[in-house]
Amino acid sequence: MMEKLGNPEQGVWLREMIEREIGRPVTALMPVEIGGSNALLSVIWAVHAGLPVLDADGMGRALPEVQMVSMNVAGTPATPAVAVDEHGRELVFQDMDAVWLEHASRAAVVALGGFFALVDYVLTGAQARRAAIKGSVARALRIGQVLADAPRDRIRALLDHLDGRVVITGKVSDIERQTTGGLVRGQALIDGVGADRDRLVRVEIQNENLVALEEGHVLASVPDIITLLDTQTGDVIFTDTVRYGQRVTLVALPSPDIWRTPEGLAVAGPRAFGYDFDYEPLEACLPSSASEVAL
Amino acid sequence: MTTGIPQPASARQDLRIGIDVGGTNTDAVALDTSSTPVAKAKVATTIDITSGIRRALGEVLANPRVDATRVGHIMLGTTHATNAVLQRRDLRRVAVIRIGAPASVAVRPMFGWPEDLHQHVSVGSRIVRGGVELNGSDGVPFDADEVTRFCEEIAGKAEAVAISSVFAPVSPRHELLARDIVRRELGDIPLSLSHEIASLGLLERENATIINAALGHVARKIVAAIEDALASFDLDHVVPYFTQNDGTLMSLDFTERTPVLTIGSGPANSLRGAAFLSDLSDALVIDIGGTSTDVGALVQSFPRESTFGVEVGGVATNFRMPDLVSIAIGGGTIVRRAEDGTVQLGPQSVGHDLLHCALTFGGDTPTLTDAAAVEGRARIGDRIPPDTSASLLREALSRSDHELAEAVDRVKVARGDVPLVAVGGGSVLLPDALPGVSKIVRPDDYDVANAIGAAIGTVSGQVDQIVEIGAGTGGRARVIEVARQAAIDNAVAAGAEPSAVEIVDIDEIPLTYLREPAIRLRVKAAGPLSNV
Repeated sequence: MMEKLGNPEQGVWLREMIEREIGRPVTALMPVEIGGSNALLSVIWAVHAGLPVLDADGMGRALPEVQMVSMNVAGTPATPAVAVDEHGRELVFQDMDAVWLEHASRAAVVALGGFFALVDYVLTGAQARRAAIKGSVARALRIGQVLADAPRDRIRALLDHLDGRVVITGKVSDIERQTTGGLVRGQALIDGVGADRDRLVRVEIQNENLVALEEGHVLASVPDIITLLDTQTGDVIFTDTVRYGQRVTLVALPSPDIWRTPEGLAVAGPRAFGYDFDYEPLEACLPSSASEVAL
Repeated sequence: MTTGIPQPASARQDLRIGIDVGGTNTDAVALDTSSTPVAKAKVATTIDITSGIRRALGEVLANPRVDATRVGHIMLGTTHATNAVLQRRDLRRVAVIRIGAPASVAVRPMFGWPEDLHQHVSVGSRIVRGGVELNGSDGVPFDADEVTRFCEEIAGKAEAVAISSVFAPVSPRHELLARDIVRRELGDIPLSLSHEIASLGLLERENATIINAALGHVARKIVAAIEDALASFDLDHVVPYFTQNDGTLMSLDFTERTPVLTIGSGPANSLRGAAFLSDLSDALVIDIGGTSTDVGALVQSFPRESTFGVEVGGVATNFRMPDLVSIAIGGGTIVRRAEDGTVQLGPQSVGHDLLHCALTFGGDTPTLTDAAAVEGRARIGDRIPPDTSASLLREALSRSDHELAEAVDRVKVARGDVPLVAVGGGSVLLPDALPGVSKIVRPDDYDVANAIGAAIGTVSGQVDQIVEIGAGTGGRARVIEVARQAAIDNAVAAGAEPSAVEIVDIDEIPLTYLREPAIRLRVKAAGPLSNV
């Protein structure tokens, strides 16, 4: 994305390809992931393909892998899936389950130079009602509105709106990242400042922030949403732009309900990411006002 | 030549003059071979900038310890380019070519520019097919015909052309092909190529390249200004340099090609001067001027660079800039009590009218300098501010202490206490201790640290590329070694003394979604001028 800004024609091509595969007209495009650039790209492609955007998504947050979607939890098939790069080079994926599609598409995106547009989990209206996380687009727009309207403390406004908690307010004192298998893994250390002085929180990263730990205790974990915000501006700091010295507020937001079910946790809970502990909702890990922790 | 043996010119040309233009003052300093200041001057920055530079230079040359014939080099850090962009003055009209269809057409060139700047600068843009892939291979063939057609459309309208291609930092091949076509079609119209200006990140690099093209006229003017100044002081033998925003030097030739790199050179000069004066290579630096304060960090004697884009005149760019926290607090900052009883600091400043306006100089405007005087931090002026202002000044200074401490802390990168070097005319404001700071160093000549930073400028070479580190390339260590040598070669090509070039910074960032493990590698080498 640094150099390749994308080609809006990809939206048109995606529509033509998937209609050819399923032999029926497409009526709407749904973002698979409301977090990150996938949400915006869906809107761009829908505009160019002449399709409405469905007010729903498959994650209700950001997650790193193809199988980590609510459609998979609901048992809808991942394929047929189609992908197209900015030159119009096309790929069709058939008869794969979600994990296979994850492996095959990640290998393919690498082969095509790092960027393509993918449509998977073709849904009927009835399936979408059952398998998708409804209202995601409207929720994202409301968050934007809350942030735009917040007179000064944008972080407080965001937490009030989403029932989120502050994990720690501090400064990034160490950041370590490696790339393996097309994913960024690493960790960030956050040194408390102000009321959180003398606290040290570690955030473990795999494209997204997975777990926040303090002295071996889990303060928050997937599928709850762990986000680093710039303490001054309230802007999100993405995992690949975290750097030493940033003044940050680490916040945790409650996960969409589907991920808190046993089926959801099997796909996107701590154990799905290789951790050896069970998920505790953040409401149990963190008291409602995080400033009390510090006092 | 009475001895009959001509002395080598360099043997007697053992003085250097550094000049730095700040928002409030223009400072100049002359250094001898041991880099000891032998003369300094501080004059008000003038609106036209150039006459302030001439006055500062004139004052230094008037010092009996400065023999004009012994001056070998002059180094100038100037805000001409910054001001031209901020004030939308003297800007060239630029035609923009992006080589990036179909991969990079989703956002048009100059999207998001302030409307007035866009209108001043743009005479149209075209996205043509081409650009390379990450590994340097052709993504799609370069569309030479479309560039030719665009040249026909802009002929007579464009005063400069900015060319950017996808992954140009990996391979500038398509930019060079486009350059040749523009040369053929439009003659010697000024050209800016993105790979010479900035690094990865197409939109920001393209923006920086367009601004660079727009500054062509300003570049001519600053080069002419320094040449005129040298001629009028009989300094035709002096070799002039401009300082760049990484604290290193560039020749007049290079300045004409890349004037955008002078933007931000002032803070870089302060940081370099502070390193030199304090003899510290790793420290925080606070430069408190008349109107504002910059806090930065030294890493191996060079300014730590921002890893994020910086905005120039409202436009997102990505060329290297010192990583700074800037706040509107300076010696001339006006303090007052708001209607709700709270104390307000600035952001207005009396600037260089401090000597007329401040209470301690008999004026009627309470400033932070007055607050420092009342608290005994500065011995300045000859009047004692009236008692009625005492509580206002005390509260203002405590607010200022808090904000300065906060700015210093935001720049720190690691736990533990670190030394802080205080420079700039307003540094008397700073208290004697700050949290997280091991010691505050206040060097002599702190008030002209920026001009000293310009005078001690070195030349650098940089490499910024994406490299694969898989088995086929010999692995990470081999790749880094190749990049180190390339950076050293670039520094020597820019005029550095080969025996004294050192690697001053290596930065690597792992990348995602790639076939082979790859890193973005930035290596910087620097050394003193080879002919000093």
